[in-house]
Amino acid sequence: MRRVVLPYLGVAVILVFCLAPFYWMVVSAFRRPSDQFDSGPWPSPWSTENLEAVFAPGNEFGRALVNSLLVAGATTVLTLLIGVFTAYTLARLDFRGKNVVLGVVIATSMFPGISQVVPLLKLFIEIDWINTYQAMVVPSLGFALPLAVWNLTVFFRQLPFELEQAAMIDGCSRGQAFRKIIIPLAAPGVFTTAIIVFIMAWNEFIIAFSMVNEKEMQTATVAIAKFTGVSGFDQPFGTQMAAAVVVTVPLVVMVLIFQRRIVAGLTAGGVK
Amino acid sequence: MATILDKPSGGAARPARAPRRGGQARKTSRRLALLLLSPTFLVLALVVGYPVLSGIRQSLFAQAEGLDENGFVIEGERFVGLDNYTALFSGERGEAFWNAFSNTTFFTVTAVTLETAIGVGLALIMHQALRGRALIRASVLVPWAVPTAMSGLLWRWIFQPDGVANTLLGQQILWTADGIASKFAIIIAEVWKTSPFIGLLVLAGLQIIPKEVYEAARVDGASAWQQFRLITLPLIRPALVVAVLFRLLDTLRMFDLPFVLVGANKDSVETLSMLAWMEAGNLRYGVATAYATVLFLYIAVIAYTFVKVLGADVLGDVRSAKPKKKQQKKKEAKA
Repeated sequence: MRRVVLPYLGVAVILVFCLAPFYWMVVSAFRRPSDQFDSGPWPSPWSTENLEAVFAPGNEFGRALVNSLLVAGATTVLTLLIGVFTAYTLARLDFRGKNVVLGVVIATSMFPGISQVVPLLKLFIEIDWINTYQAMVVPSLGFALPLAVWNLTVFFRQLPFELEQAAMIDGCSRGQAFRKIIIPLAAPGVFTTAIIVFIMAWNEFIIAFSMVNEKEMQTATVAIAKFTGVSGFDQPFGTQMAAAVVVTVPLVVMVLIFQRRIVAGLTAGGVK
Repeated sequence: MATILDKPSGGAARPARAPRRGGQARKTSRRLALLLLSPTFLVLALVVGYPVLSGIRQSLFAQAEGLDENGFVIEGERFVGLDNYTALFSGERGEAFWNAFSNTTFFTVTAVTLETAIGVGLALIMHQALRGRALIRASVLVPWAVPTAMSGLLWRWIFQPDGVANTLLGQQILWTADGIASKFAIIIAEVWKTSPFIGLLVLAGLQIIPKEVYEAARVDGASAWQQFRLITLPLIRPALVVAVLFRLLDTLRMFDLPFVLVGANKDSVETLSMLAWMEAGNLRYGVATAYATVLFLYIAVIAYTFVKVLGADVLGDVRSAKPKKKQQKKKEAKA
């Protein structure tokens, strides 16, 4: 009896631990503003008033979503463009100092964001980059690139090396072998890395919060944190929860679809 | 086979013989490697290396304040040497610094300990689960996918004085005010968001332990606890040490969670990152970068200790491993 019930109990504990707070976010988003402080397990009645308030003209939330999409998208594309070549080099070529290179890449990802943000903030004020997209994208490369290089290197190392050599024997140049053999085979790994980098860039806060002070240029996470209530004093939690649902649900859907890949990407390098 | 292989490669499969050709290939490889690595290093140098170095330089300067003898405002920066650093450790600024330092350390030690314990627990349950693995995996990824700032808001909402946490507990705790309870609010939120990450890493470590090891232990009469302590723990240790290192470094630089959950300028939750950020907001870049540099050094020391003392193998299987080469050679010899 114990052997049958215990695993299910454990699973139930995990589900409650992981999902209950998220569930509360969704439930709070769909309550009427007048029922906001209800503690019932589901909204009664359901209401989309909070969601409508999120997209009220004063919040410019649509614009913020577009900004987030642009910043996270540009960060992802740039990171992959640069990272793919580096990762290929690290996975395939044999050269002295390779472990040093790997060490530098991993060490960069450990730097605290603040020691990057403060000097860059001063620099961007001087060169008039405050309230621009590049002021958010460029610093984001600092955390995205090491992550991408790392993930891609692990993936690339698992690719069948022999195929590339066979292609070169058949007359492909190294570049052609890379383009025609490695890229199609590596696509799943590149795609996984893209998802993880995109989620990290979409969730980024301190850079976007520091480099931008105009409402039109804010990313979604910053915009939500800055939502103000009608009176200015009470925090509009209902609206904020609804907005949080809007920025989180696309990520949760991605997680549901690509869970296997994401887990593989997250554990890459952590386990031998 | 071997002669064909070594011609175009330059990769790990190149045998040690044929030194002249090998040397040539190595040279081309090296040049190609440099070429392909340079974009990443250029970008990292510009967006990480330059800021960190310029931050260290900045921390030796102070914004000039006051008026000169003609009554004009003095602007610009003044070289002050290590004054910004010595000021950190005493007086009013020292109080703020030590408070932030101890908050940062307290959050890191407590949160990472709890995360590790819960993460290992999650992994053990996930490993035992026979059905619903996809469901568990997806739900474990949910806290990871929620943006930290949003989880800060969510927990601020849960921890409101008349929020659901107090309703469930039947208490009237002021979680989000400036007090001891707010420290625990931060830790709970942090643990919720990140222990699944440790759980996933540990699970991956568990999955490569062969079943026979446990069977042998059971035959020898080992209890479940003995199996866990003497087999599971040592075998997942490499994965666990790396996971814990990453969590430590990430928690030491914590910013968004306390900032959104409790707020800026609250002594009970102010971290070093927040303190540096506040000073930068007040345009005291010298002081701000001094804080940031101290945090940077703190993190570097911990990372170094972990790698050296506990042998955290962060490079893992990505490093150019020697045993693999040997295996390759053996294969080639057979061929």
